[in-house]
Amino acid sequence: MQQFEFSDISRMLTPILARHGGDASRLLQVLLEVQDACHTIPSEAIDHIAAHFDVPRVNVEGVAGFYSFLSTRPVGEYRMLFSGNITDQMLGKDDLMQYLCNKLWVEPGKVSEDGLVSVDSTSCTGMCDQGPAALVNGWPLTSLDQNRLDLICELIRSRKPVAEWPPMLFEVVDNIRRSDALLGEPLVPGNGIRAVLTRGAKETLAEMDKSNLRGRGGAGFKTASKWSFCHAAIAEEEGSVICDINGHPERYIVCNADEGEPGTFKDRVLLNSYADLVFEGMTVGARVVGASKGFLYLRGEYRYLLEPLEKGLQKRREAGLLGDNILGKAGFSFDIEIHLGAGAYICGEESALIESLEGKRGRPRNRPPFPVTHGYKGRPTVVDNVETFACAAKIAEKGGAWFAAMGTAQSTGTKLLSISGDCASPGIYEYPFGVTVRQILADCGARDPYAVQVSGPSGAMISWKEFDRKIAFEDLPTAGAFMVFQRKRDPFQIALNFVHFFAHESCGFCTPCRVGTELQKKIMDKIASGHGTASDLEELKSLGHILKTMSHCGLGSSAANPVLDMLEKFPDAYERKLKELAFEPAFDLDGALETARKITGRDDDWAHL
Amino acid sequence: MSKNIIIDGLTVPFQEGQTIMDAAMAAGLYIPHLCHNPEFKPHGSCKLCTVNVNGRNVASCTMPAAEGQQVLNDIAELNAERLALTQMLFVEGNHLCPACEKSGNCNLQGVAYYLGMMSPHYNHFYPAREVDASHPDILLDRNRCIYCELCVRASRDVDGKNVFGLTDRGIMTRLIVNATSGLLGDTSLAATDKAAQVCPTGALLVKRKGFAVPIGSRIFDRHTIKDVQTGGSHE
Amino acid sequence: MSDRKIRVATCSLAGCFGCHMSLLDIDERLFGLLELVEFNRTPLTDIKHCGPCDVGLVEGGVCNAENVHVLKEFRKNCKILVAVGACAITGGLPAMRNNIDLWDCFQEVYQYEGGLEGGKVPNDPELPLPFDKVHPIYEVVKIDYFLPGCPPPADAFWRLLTDLLNGREPKLDYEMLHYD
Repeated sequence: MQQFEFSDISRMLTPILARHGGDASRLLQVLLEVQDACHTIPSEAIDHIAAHFDVPRVNVEGVAGFYSFLSTRPVGEYRMLFSGNITDQMLGKDDLMQYLCNKLWVEPGKVSEDGLVSVDSTSCTGMCDQGPAALVNGWPLTSLDQNRLDLICELIRSRKPVAEWPPMLFEVVDNIRRSDALLGEPLVPGNGIRAVLTRGAKETLAEMDKSNLRGRGGAGFKTASKWSFCHAAIAEEEGSVICDINGHPERYIVCNADEGEPGTFKDRVLLNSYADLVFEGMTVGARVVGASKGFLYLRGEYRYLLEPLEKGLQKRREAGLLGDNILGKAGFSFDIEIHLGAGAYICGEESALIESLEGKRGRPRNRPPFPVTHGYKGRPTVVDNVETFACAAKIAEKGGAWFAAMGTAQSTGTKLLSISGDCASPGIYEYPFGVTVRQILADCGARDPYAVQVSGPSGAMISWKEFDRKIAFEDLPTAGAFMVFQRKRDPFQIALNFVHFFAHESCGFCTPCRVGTELQKKIMDKIASGHGTASDLEELKSLGHILKTMSHCGLGSSAANPVLDMLEKFPDAYERKLKELAFEPAFDLDGALETARKITGRDDDWAHL
Repeated sequence: MSKNIIIDGLTVPFQEGQTIMDAAMAAGLYIPHLCHNPEFKPHGSCKLCTVNVNGRNVASCTMPAAEGQQVLNDIAELNAERLALTQMLFVEGNHLCPACEKSGNCNLQGVAYYLGMMSPHYNHFYPAREVDASHPDILLDRNRCIYCELCVRASRDVDGKNVFGLTDRGIMTRLIVNATSGLLGDTSLAATDKAAQVCPTGALLVKRKGFAVPIGSRIFDRHTIKDVQTGGSHE
Repeated sequence: MSDRKIRVATCSLAGCFGCHMSLLDIDERLFGLLELVEFNRTPLTDIKHCGPCDVGLVEGGVCNAENVHVLKEFRKNCKILVAVGACAITGGLPAMRNNIDLWDCFQEVYQYEGGLEGGKVPNDPELPLPFDKVHPIYEVVKIDYFLPGCPPPADAFWRLLTDLLNGREPKLDYEMLHYD
């Protein structure tokens, strides 16, 4: 195992720390770089970083332990993380991962003895339309098969730096299959902002209001209301408005690009090919609420988009669309900084995201107060989804009435769907709200569809009986995931995958979610192993109730959805797995004697149960 | 004129800035809780203090009281859910009461007695957790930690020492101390610190005091946690 | 209530018989109890196997294969099965070994300790084979009632039995409910 001397650590850290400066909000960004350089966060580095930011060591260690891409124990110099979403599993992820492990002589979840390589699973990497996918040292690998893994194996054995691997391994395609108002007509950069400057900020807010745009992250809160609350929160502070060094009031625009919901990948495509639209929307928001600083919180899985996005920001600065006096408007200053996440689904929750932006553990805050009044560093903050900002840019340019004419009365505009699973053409489909599931299934070439997971594990699993339902806030609200399952798929296996996901991603703050998601996982595992009984089902139902009613945030309150949907809609899926008995032990009785059998060398009748 | 909320049909006055828990406590009403301690900033993690406000469940320790709130607290459904949460806390750690010095003075027990917990119900996790006896005056037994962060808050906000923190996440969450060695003995914690006194369970114990009062004569052997926390003789 | 006496069986699995001692602490009330109850398998009667019973009281957790056989026999034969004491309900003190590797336990007992012949791990089939971990009995069979305590107080035993004999749902007073 590689050992780090203190002087090495110091030499490695000095330039990193110098680049990031002394504000502790940079802590997570620093730790990501340390992880890249050392394949772990060495204990000595934690001391050093704590001293640099003048924060307690426990805080640094707490952050290092929270995010799954950081590791206080060494991982391989080559760290392969296979995307564990159900769609990757359906494409053969489990076998492929085992295949690679066998070839590399390494056990899943462990580091090879020479420290060269480690192979493990991770939560959905957002490549469901081109899986099975993985990350190698943070860089996305797509469309994996045995041939590609053979090649990867050789590259690892020959210690070729990942930067020199063949680019085709890292090819990520957009797969835009259906375009509408958002993706169809490109926006000329600056046109949205120009329209705002001509019309005025207040008038633009009125247009936003008229558009009835609702948040695209799934919750569907009206964007204009959020923006006006944020604006009002600042107004309330007048007389004692706290300003930054340039004299601008401190308020923030945050773009939530922590697209962690398994099965969702539309933000990946927006940021890859429509970044200007997103940045434009953020700038429009900044003008409306009066923010001078913005953040784009980019999930760690999309690390590969960081440099292109930075370039995009630079281009906008050069074009006068970011920075001071935007488009020549005196006093209109706004710029955007990109923060990377590090493998934590919970950071998609807006207050956890803000904590993470501040360089802390991603733990959802107690609300009230809400981010619109007390957000980043306690200041009024608007947090919106990537797609929401893209819509806002369009609304700024074309007006609220144009937008409101699309979709349904309660769900105006269009929605980007990330379609994956059992269909001929997975990818991005943009539809006006109100489209039926049946229509979508026909368009994507679904094969013998039986069930659809709408909006990912936290959303709803619908059966073939419900295919006439509509994608809309008033019927099937969605953040965009749309996973298609054909008849031969086992709904139990789907729910099993999702309960493992929630248990892995629970932040651990509140009792019901920390313990409840783990209990749910254990019971589902018990049923999967053939030891489930009717009493286990009752237990799942009562756990579901506790999770729904007692949890601190949306993760916990939706963590039972996959199980409850399965129980309600696919009774066959679990009934055939249950034993006739009313009760089965919680653990494998005979298996629990195995160690003692080995020690004593016994194999007699009494040594078995 | 004072403002009021209604808790289980009783009119309870509150002042601006008070939470539902504050108002209830001031009125002598008991809402079960573990992570809350009125001396510290509300935390909201144990969720035992969940009440129903106008149809929606909220943590009473963090929810500001507001005019018009109809609060349900001491009702069968909520108490059943609180019992389930208490049972979850029992099975996720290693709470072997007969072997614990804190037994009888432990708030986790007190709440469990109050809610009539006859068994932990769920299957035990029996996690492997570390015991740290390196400090000359204080024992840290992580088997009994319920992540209420009272020690974290006390050390940070009262002692100004930041001795404690949490790391990892989910069910793997664990209490850590502010030392490169990871040992309590290498931190600046003193037995007189607030942080050494606030643990609601037996995870943090001042050494050589364990059996000053014999088992059977301790707080919750004689009084319910409701009486203790709403009556005159506060801990 | 029928004329037949209520049949009660008791046993101690991974326990210390302390709960049984506490049962005996109901003192002179035992005489009255015996008017209503006859004991089947218990350490008191020395009956080796549990026959059909109305109530089974099980002390101790499940730490080895034999415990499972006994427990299943009780579950099969007892209409009402009661988990008695901390060990039956949480694993109790024996569960303190749950995070010590079984290999280490065996080595410590049979190899490092002097006095045993050859320092070998015994492999006699008559010795019950231990589990990786000690478990409460409700994780192995369905349990109807719980009587916590280490041991449960005599009054708690008395309350439980009289409630059951009178067809009431057992309910302990606050002072009778404790875990230590």
